[in-house]
Amino acid sequence: METASIVKPATHGVGSPPPPGPAIEVSDVSLRFETRDGPVQALAHVNLKVERGEFVSFIGPSGCGKTTLLRAVADLETPTEGDIRVDGMNTEEARLKRCYGYVFQSPALYPWRTVAGNIALPLEIMGYSRAEREERVKKGLDLVNLSGFGNKFPWQLSGGMQQRASIARALSFDPDILLMDEPFGALDEIVRDMLNQQLLRLWEMTGKTVLFVTHSIPEAVFLSTHIVVMSPRPGRITDVIACNFPRDRQLEIRETPEFLAIANRVRLGLRAGHSYDA
Amino acid sequence: MAVPVKSILPIVTVVLAVLAIWYAAAALMNAPLQRDMYANAGRSDYSTQDLIVASLNMERPKLPGPHQVVAEMVKSIVATAPSSKRSLVYHGLITLEETLIGFVIGAALGIGLAMVIVSVRWLDSSLTPWLVASQTIPIIALAPMIVVILSQFNITGVAPKAAIAAYLSFFPITVGMVKGFRSPEPLQLDLMRTYSASSMQTFGKLRAPASAPYFFASMKIGAAAALVGAIVAEVTKSEDGGLGARLLAGSYYGQTVQIWAALFAAAALSAALVGLIGLVERLAGRRMGFAR
Amino acid sequence: MIDRRLADLVPPFLFGLVILALWELVVRAAGVPTIILPAPSAIAARFLVSIPTLAADFWQTIKGLLAGYIVGCGSGLVVAILVDRSDFLRRGLLPMGNLVSALPIVGIAPIMVMWFGFDWPSKAAVVVVMTFFPMLVNTVAGLESASPMERDLMKTYGASDWQTLTALRLPAALPFIFNALKVNTTLAMIGAIVAEFFGTPIVGMGFRISTEVGHLGIDMVWATILVAAVTGSAFYGLVAAIERRVTFWHPSFRAKGA
Repeated sequence: METASIVKPATHGVGSPPPPGPAIEVSDVSLRFETRDGPVQALAHVNLKVERGEFVSFIGPSGCGKTTLLRAVADLETPTEGDIRVDGMNTEEARLKRCYGYVFQSPALYPWRTVAGNIALPLEIMGYSRAEREERVKKGLDLVNLSGFGNKFPWQLSGGMQQRASIARALSFDPDILLMDEPFGALDEIVRDMLNQQLLRLWEMTGKTVLFVTHSIPEAVFLSTHIVVMSPRPGRITDVIACNFPRDRQLEIRETPEFLAIANRVRLGLRAGHSYDA
Repeated sequence: MAVPVKSILPIVTVVLAVLAIWYAAAALMNAPLQRDMYANAGRSDYSTQDLIVASLNMERPKLPGPHQVVAEMVKSIVATAPSSKRSLVYHGLITLEETLIGFVIGAALGIGLAMVIVSVRWLDSSLTPWLVASQTIPIIALAPMIVVILSQFNITGVAPKAAIAAYLSFFPITVGMVKGFRSPEPLQLDLMRTYSASSMQTFGKLRAPASAPYFFASMKIGAAAALVGAIVAEVTKSEDGGLGARLLAGSYYGQTVQIWAALFAAAALSAALVGLIGLVERLAGRRMGFAR
Repeated sequence: MIDRRLADLVPPFLFGLVILALWELVVRAAGVPTIILPAPSAIAARFLVSIPTLAADFWQTIKGLLAGYIVGCGSGLVVAILVDRSDFLRRGLLPMGNLVSALPIVGIAPIMVMWFGFDWPSKAAVVVVMTFFPMLVNTVAGLESASPMERDLMKTYGASDWQTLTALRLPAALPFIFNALKVNTTLAMIGAIVAEFFGTPIVGMGFRISTEVGHLGIDMVWATILVAAVTGSAFYGLVAAIERRVTFWHPSFRAKGA
């Protein structure tokens, strides 16, 4: 029944250039959850355009809908109103065409597969040949500095290494877009700094479009080309801050006045969102 | 009560499907017998409908229809005096008595041994592997022998069957309660140590309440095991009656309807016992906060 | 590591030896008659001279047991996977499965003997019914056990239902499936032996126990129980060993393995 999607690797990201236009376009999206205590407005009239190759961070207190927005882009939630376009397609088409890779809060690696087997999982599902799988797994392991760990099982690795493996898994089928939901939230700060640098380098090398949910201000400022500040109840965008550091930025820029100025503006935006709420 | 409302329709559907399959199977399995009976009587003028109706109402069918089993149960539960040996109430009460006596003894011994095992280290290391191994061997095979040995000491009637019910429930309850008493996390045990609580206090304040979910799970398994024990024991010594004796008598005399009725009575008994424990569990769970 | 495991076995082994010695001592000292409790030495002697009989009984019982176990577990697994496709069926069948799992199913033995005759197929039929429901209930629960995040991951790959089943949900269900396989080893032993109490050709472990009890050949009963115990433990041990190899990744094995 789904032979088409099994037989041919269907993402246009492989080989062919992405279509023109913005990578992601969110138009007037609202999303309500029906819970036992009545409806909860998770998103209200969100508008956003993400250009190709951008690194956009979403920041806000918990409950502000940033994860919900990311999940809606990934077709894991369905908006009650409004429209989301990914590479010009609706979200379901984009998901079935494998336009994006998703990295969750926790690595969600399957314990019964080796690290290499986990990275190969999406490739198996998408019907890549064995030879190509092996090649891509090797490339993926190199990309996240896990060469030599392919035959280990996930539970034999540290938390940071596991999350790196899950990034390699998301990148293995070479999607244009990377959706990351607080991928480093559970890691300690030293590991997080290191992974932030590696992620930046990876982004620079591959030119992917990245949507990145976080609740760390320095992380958002350090990584992003744009920072989207959100506020809760109902979840909406209060500010979009441009952040034009050079792409090969180093950790040291966090001491510069420009960096601190942007961080301060984010902080003020978050506070304003809260006072509105209170 | 535990079944959510939206599960009612599916359950009813499945039950109806089971009944339909049962009727179909009964007709299919009994029809050849009925055809032979017609042939012996020299009849050949019967329609398919006659054949099916007759197949579902035979006296000694291969598989009785559900209505036959229900009729037999009504006859032997409601329409027969409970003191009569033809009454399922009479036999059911015998089985229930054996089961309950055995279960209470087995549970008391099991919980007691579990308490000893978690507090005496050398017993734990030497006895626990045997208890675990006891779970993997068919200890029910001992039942006939125990009945005979006990009758050497003139112990007959309810006692030998209760003894078998007791030892069948004893092992799973012991194993379950040892697990339950061990279920507190190291941190919780460390907390008690910081209060320099005595081992009795640790037991009363931490291990016993923590074991509550295991307790109810063990009780359910133990009660079901005790009933199986009582029934199997009745099979090996059938002159004192009981549902197991009814099963055996039915199989001797080819009284299939009687077998099915006894089987359903046993199933109802087991479901009632387990359901009762489940009810207590829910009440206790609401008070102790381990269930919603 | 091996040494540690061996060391763990010493206390129970010694305990068993002490019990056996006490048993022998009490029986001899108090002159307990054989028809009540034979001494371990008497049981061992009976065992050694009866090996051909015991072996024949063993093969007779194991035929029904294995056939029933394979068919019962296999069909339980298949039905669980089919049921899993439909929420409606799952809601309807699961309470039934849970109920039936708690019922005294061995009671169907006389019916199966009537249907399938005295030989091993009737025992296999009892074992099929006894093992089917635990496997059904456990597998359905196991297929549900994959976390929402792991399912979302499969969804982002645009995986089909079949791919999600084979790549995620079946592997995640393996610990549950093995749990049922282990529980079922014991149930199968019980089913095969008890069913023989209701009638067999003149061979089989259950037959041997019930007839020797009738002849007061209690030492032979003990010898048969010894065979049953060893068979049951070995069967369970085999399944547990396979489990350890197949679900090595499960947290309950990691600590010991890695």
